[in-house]
Amino acid sequence: MSDLRELYQSVILDHNKHPRNFGALDGATHKADGHNPLCGDKINLQLIVEDGVVTDVAFEGEGCAISTASASVMTETLKGRTLRDVEALFGRFHDLVTGKGGGDLDELGKLAVFAGVSEFPIRVKCATLSWHTLRAALEGAGAPATTE
Amino acid sequence: MAVPKQKSQPASRQEAQAADVLDASHVRADFPILDRDIHGKKLVYLDNAASTQKPRAVIDAVKHYYERYNSNVHRGVHHLSQEATFAYEGARKRVQALLNAEDDSEIIFTRGTTEAINLVAQTYGRANLGPGDEVLISVMEHHSNIVPWQLVCEQTGATLKAVPIDEHGALVMDELERLLTEKTKIVALGHISNSLGTINPIQKIAAMAHAVSAVLVVDGAQGLPHARVDVRELDADFYAFSGHKVYGPTGIGGLYGRRELLDAMPPWQGGGDMILTVAIDRSTYNDPPFRFEAGTPNIAGAIGLAAALDYVDSLGYERVAAHEAELLAYGTAALEQIEDLRLIGTAPEKAGVLSFVMDGAHPHDVGTILDQEGIAIRTGHHCAQPVMEHFCVPATARASIGIYNTREDIDALVRGLRKVREVFG
Repeated sequence: MSDLRELYQSVILDHNKHPRNFGALDGATHKADGHNPLCGDKINLQLIVEDGVVTDVAFEGEGCAISTASASVMTETLKGRTLRDVEALFGRFHDLVTGKGGGDLDELGKLAVFAGVSEFPIRVKCATLSWHTLRAALEGAGAPATTE
Repeated sequence: MAVPKQKSQPASRQEAQAADVLDASHVRADFPILDRDIHGKKLVYLDNAASTQKPRAVIDAVKHYYERYNSNVHRGVHHLSQEATFAYEGARKRVQALLNAEDDSEIIFTRGTTEAINLVAQTYGRANLGPGDEVLISVMEHHSNIVPWQLVCEQTGATLKAVPIDEHGALVMDELERLLTEKTKIVALGHISNSLGTINPIQKIAAMAHAVSAVLVVDGAQGLPHARVDVRELDADFYAFSGHKVYGPTGIGGLYGRRELLDAMPPWQGGGDMILTVAIDRSTYNDPPFRFEAGTPNIAGAIGLAAALDYVDSLGYERVAAHEAELLAYGTAALEQIEDLRLIGTAPEKAGVLSFVMDGAHPHDVGTILDQEGIAIRTGHHCAQPVMEHFCVPATARASIGIYNTREDIDALVRGLRKVREVFG
């Protein structure tokens, strides 16, 4: 049960029940769909990136508590970050949920609540779906968006 | 092999059988894995529709083959090969007897149900379908009874149609009747739905299909573990099944096909054992079932499968079905008591599947919390995405009942679900 409490922390339960930045975004410069075919979780992520900085981000979709909360906390964390920051953050978050540490927990901020996921290897994909979608949005739609 | 029928024998299994009840404590003792603890809790295995556990008799039969008479079949003149061939062909006869097929040449060993359905689609289907023809399936099918038909329809220009299901997850029979026409060449339906538990009226559907000269392919993956299957009584033209869902090994299953249909079917995979003669420019093919069994088969699997069928037969199929029906009724009543839980699949004719969703708790979270309690269930779309779409849910949690499950297992499930409520409020 202690592992379970570690996984379903109150912050995660709260973000699952009341996801932040949930909905469509007007004037998005980058977007991507994410899908976990194994469990059916779906996410649509939209961002506004200006001068290499994420100024706004929102998501829609359906999934388990871990994937919904992860997307919600991610959107909160991303606002105001540079793209270079974002990539480094994904690396650290990935290390955190796969049990490889993740470095300074302070730098991860609220993302640190997902540390418990590392005890549940089968759920790692739930936690990282939104981040993979983020990378797809920035890499895929990124090229045409920057020409504007 | 055969279970002694003398009533004088004092062994308690016989007594339990005389009372027509499955003695779960005896059954449980036959399954070594049920001793296991998971996360410090006693294992409660309720994922039987995905795969069943193996009794000692099956494990021993497989082990005995590898330790004492491992050899290739249908080839060697040496002793071990003869023993292996005898056991492998004996397994075929065992399946034939269980399914009440007319001849053992009507039983083809495959890797499982999926391969069996693909075999029918790519041999019978490819040879008999063309533009304007139709294949009729249903919305409740497992992906393995959808995708093979999509593939063969693409290859032949035939059209795939699906019978809808109602709000309980039962086939809409009027629609089935409407969709069955002279154009229908193949009807492919599950005997029992893996995601809903619905038992389909196969015998009735066989008569309807035959009335328009279509053949009936039955996906029996969930059928064989739950009821005695008599292919002649059902009047199925093809019946596909998997060993691992009926307490046998993985990687073995089979296809029953009516001999005159098999005789006319072209080969599927080419290789050894399926030929009579091979020259560089052409080959002649072996008779069924060997025409459809290219290469060295899963010999150990077939032997394990025969042991599994013997085992279930020794318990008595009628008792197995009664035990499951009793637990299904008990489980349905128990889950209906849980607040904000909705059962998905409430057809009047139903096997031991309890598929459900809970408000505010996603099936994957339900599965993780139950796992921490040692309870194994399946969560997800159960390879039946059209069913999920029909009920407007992304996924369900599914508890499915086997011969070793008890009321205590259902009680543990209910306690686990209360824990889910604690976590998710």
